[in-house]
Amino acid sequence: MRISLFITCYNDTLFPETGKYVVRLLERLGHEIDFPLEQTCCGQMHYNTGYQTEAMPLMRRFVEIFEDAEVVCIPSSSCVAMIRDHYPKMAEAAGDPALVQKVNALLPRVYELSELLVNKLGLEDVGAYYPHRVTYHASCHSLRSLHLGDVPLQLLRNVHGIDLVELQNVDQCCGFGGTFAVKNGDVSAAMLSDKLRCVENTRAEVCTAVDNSCLMHIFGGLHRQRTGVKTVHIAEILASTEDEAAQ
Amino acid sequence: MPEATTNTREASLSRIRVTNPTADAAARVSEYQAIERAYQQSAAMDRASIIRTFIERLHEYDANVTETSVDGISAAIAKILNTHSQKSTVIADSFKQQFLPADLHCVRESQITKEQLNTIEGAISECEVAIAHTGTIIIRGSRQITLLPDRYLCVVYENQVVETVPEAIAVLGKFAAEPLTFISGPSATADIEMTRIRGVHGPRILDVVLIRD
Amino acid sequence: MSIRVGEAAEAPSFQKAALPLLDDTQLRKNVRHATDVITNKRAIVVGEQHDWQQLRSAASAIKEHTLRHLDHYLLQFEAACTAAGGHVHWASDADEANRTIVDLVKQYGGKEVIKVKTMTSDEIGLNKAFEANGIHPHETDLADMIIQLGHDKPSHIVVPALHKNRQQVREIFMQAMGLSELGDKPEDLTNAARHYLREKFLKVGIGFSGANYLLADTGGVCVVESEGNGRMCLTLPDVLITVAGIEKVIPGFRDLEIFLQLLPRSATGERMNPYNSLWTGVHEGDGPQHFHIVLLDNGRTRILADPESRQTLHCIRCGACLNTCPVYRQTGGHAYGSIYAGPIGAILTPQLFDMQHSQSLPYASSLCGACYEVCPVKINIPEVLIHLRGRVVREQQSGANIEAIGMKAMANIFSSRRRFEAAQRLGRIGQWPFVSKGWVKHLPGMLGNWTSVRDLQPMPQQSFRSWWRDRKKSAVAKEKADA
Repeated sequence: MRISLFITCYNDTLFPETGKYVVRLLERLGHEIDFPLEQTCCGQMHYNTGYQTEAMPLMRRFVEIFEDAEVVCIPSSSCVAMIRDHYPKMAEAAGDPALVQKVNALLPRVYELSELLVNKLGLEDVGAYYPHRVTYHASCHSLRSLHLGDVPLQLLRNVHGIDLVELQNVDQCCGFGGTFAVKNGDVSAAMLSDKLRCVENTRAEVCTAVDNSCLMHIFGGLHRQRTGVKTVHIAEILASTEDEAAQ
Repeated sequence: MPEATTNTREASLSRIRVTNPTADAAARVSEYQAIERAYQQSAAMDRASIIRTFIERLHEYDANVTETSVDGISAAIAKILNTHSQKSTVIADSFKQQFLPADLHCVRESQITKEQLNTIEGAISECEVAIAHTGTIIIRGSRQITLLPDRYLCVVYENQVVETVPEAIAVLGKFAAEPLTFISGPSATADIEMTRIRGVHGPRILDVVLIRD
Repeated sequence: MSIRVGEAAEAPSFQKAALPLLDDTQLRKNVRHATDVITNKRAIVVGEQHDWQQLRSAASAIKEHTLRHLDHYLLQFEAACTAAGGHVHWASDADEANRTIVDLVKQYGGKEVIKVKTMTSDEIGLNKAFEANGIHPHETDLADMIIQLGHDKPSHIVVPALHKNRQQVREIFMQAMGLSELGDKPEDLTNAARHYLREKFLKVGIGFSGANYLLADTGGVCVVESEGNGRMCLTLPDVLITVAGIEKVIPGFRDLEIFLQLLPRSATGERMNPYNSLWTGVHEGDGPQHFHIVLLDNGRTRILADPESRQTLHCIRCGACLNTCPVYRQTGGHAYGSIYAGPIGAILTPQLFDMQHSQSLPYASSLCGACYEVCPVKINIPEVLIHLRGRVVREQQSGANIEAIGMKAMANIFSSRRRFEAAQRLGRIGQWPFVSKGWVKHLPGMLGNWTSVRDLQPMPQQSFRSWWRDRKKSAVAKEKADA
């Protein structure tokens, strides 16, 4: 399959490694990766903060750039949620029937990484090897917008060598919430402290999730407290094999 | 209606109408009837299970349940009142005299004052319908006598017990314009540290006499 | 029109109010405990209800339908209630409601009123209006009594005194009730309340209540409660005055079959709450012989006018969204500065004001969506929050505030590949003044709220797209070499 990668603005800039792992994983599984360089941002930050007018052109760009993609893979459930939950409404509000049609045609071809693997490609075992104690945090968008449910855990359970530990209060928000993390920094920190307590109770070396946004926030706290626990995107775990063990 | 409130009434209505297209009555009615009600609306359990569930729910909130036949009502009532050493009782007007113990010291609902109600020990009435799923007894009228005394005895007939809330509402439809009270246990509060305390206001002792056919 | 929502118009922003509350150890413990208990209870009784989702769908559809025909259903209710001997009054705003109610009390010669819990009376500031007119209101709900006697403010829709523990309550009661001795077990405190209020219930001739549901077809009113004080106030006095928001009306008696299943499970985690009272107008020989109901607008018709957010009016005041909200869990209700707190408060309060006040509330959320999941009437709160944020931004359009400038600049950057890549390069270079020992120590402006509590890694030296380009280049070069 020819898979078009939408890396997301923040992954491109802050977490390029995640993109590299996605490429490595999907190529290992025999797929061809396409990366349209024109891509920038899906518009979520603007849309969610109340700048819906400014988000509109970003939405049009995304739809145009990926119009002919066979399949779009996005290693970020919050961006997929933005596209699925809000793009149709935005197109309707724009009063542009052609755009509405394009959005409706594109949406079924857009996948978050773990749902691409399990729901589209039918894989639960991707041949990964990751000999570490890992706990999984369920990001809000993955749970409540994408309804991923157990999908990421199905993939993680099949990783050889992994010691997977259940996170208590796994579905409680970590406190990132996009601009919420700075606009309401104190409450965001309070929510983070609850999440960190649960992570540390698992005695895991690594906390993983399908979103680097949550992980950036969680790691920000884990590192500030010098816990020695790190965060990695699920792509990194799934891309690791015995031959190419990720650090 | 005073003029000020008439103006407000008109102003409120026009604000509402501005935002809503006025549908004709037929359209509105059919829209209402088209609302999907896919929730459970009739019994799924058999009668024995329904009654068993009802009794379980009553026990869950510490109501005392006495099962008897129609012939045994007065004896059951006598026994219960004796257990409580109850000396004074108020009876709902509609409660049949023949079901009361012959020697009972009591007064009828229409004969009692509010002040007397404050000291009377218990009340007796029937109910209109009961819900097994939630352990609820629904009474028509008799609101004060079933509220002020510390004990309340309710006679419930087996065939008055339905499984679900929708079935009970259907039964109550014909009395919808009368005062109705749904009772599901003694009063309670969890306002202090989320600790559930029973019996804030209203009867703390609930006795149910369940008439089996 | 003077819209009032308690004292929300004067409240500090959520951010300001939250900070000292986060430091209140007792409060955080109490809130955490309370929300844990109710959410666990709710989960059990909802889990056993096999048709829960069908009930939610029906309830949401009924509310949607009712709002589309609100004028009809209000008029139908008015006619039926009046025919049954009740009196219906209409109030555009808080002041008008208070005037109407005070006038009624005076008309009946009352100096005291016994009140059943209703947030609507807090919304309009009724107690202040009573006191200003020499009428003394007695709150009879245990929690509202605790709040009233303790000169405090409610912090939760269903459990208003959840921020108080037993020792605090004991002190309040001893002082207010003039008790020299009082145990601190919840039973002792409840008994004290029972005794104190009994006298009032029997003596005071005017009762005041809110309403959970107004039934349009019968003209009936339904009040849902746990403590029994509702039944006391609704049946013992000779006069009953009720206030209800216009959104409380439902089409028919039959529809109670849905709401009486959703509300108790959502609010207190019970299959059914202890007492529900239903009455229609006046009934000879049973209960108050004079009944008045005030239908309150106070900003609701404005919310009705916004098709994107009118779903806010579905709310049945169960409080489930508060209990599940990870933000509310940290701060409790006072941070919202409104009697309507938590997720529903964040959308209801500013909208009643037509967004003129409480503009910080739509931002008091991480958009996690837990509230929408538990809402029995399917209000898509995150969607409404985003919509209201848009309204706030548009209101502030004239302001040259830093955030708007920054957001516009970012949008400009994202709208072109060249500009985006240039910004990435610029960021990589420009970050160095902020980096120390391999970490970003401090970011300027509001972004400093990140680094004040979290570490931040500097931007990697190579972006993904740059790596991709390099990889492509070497692949092409390799092909050429192999050819």
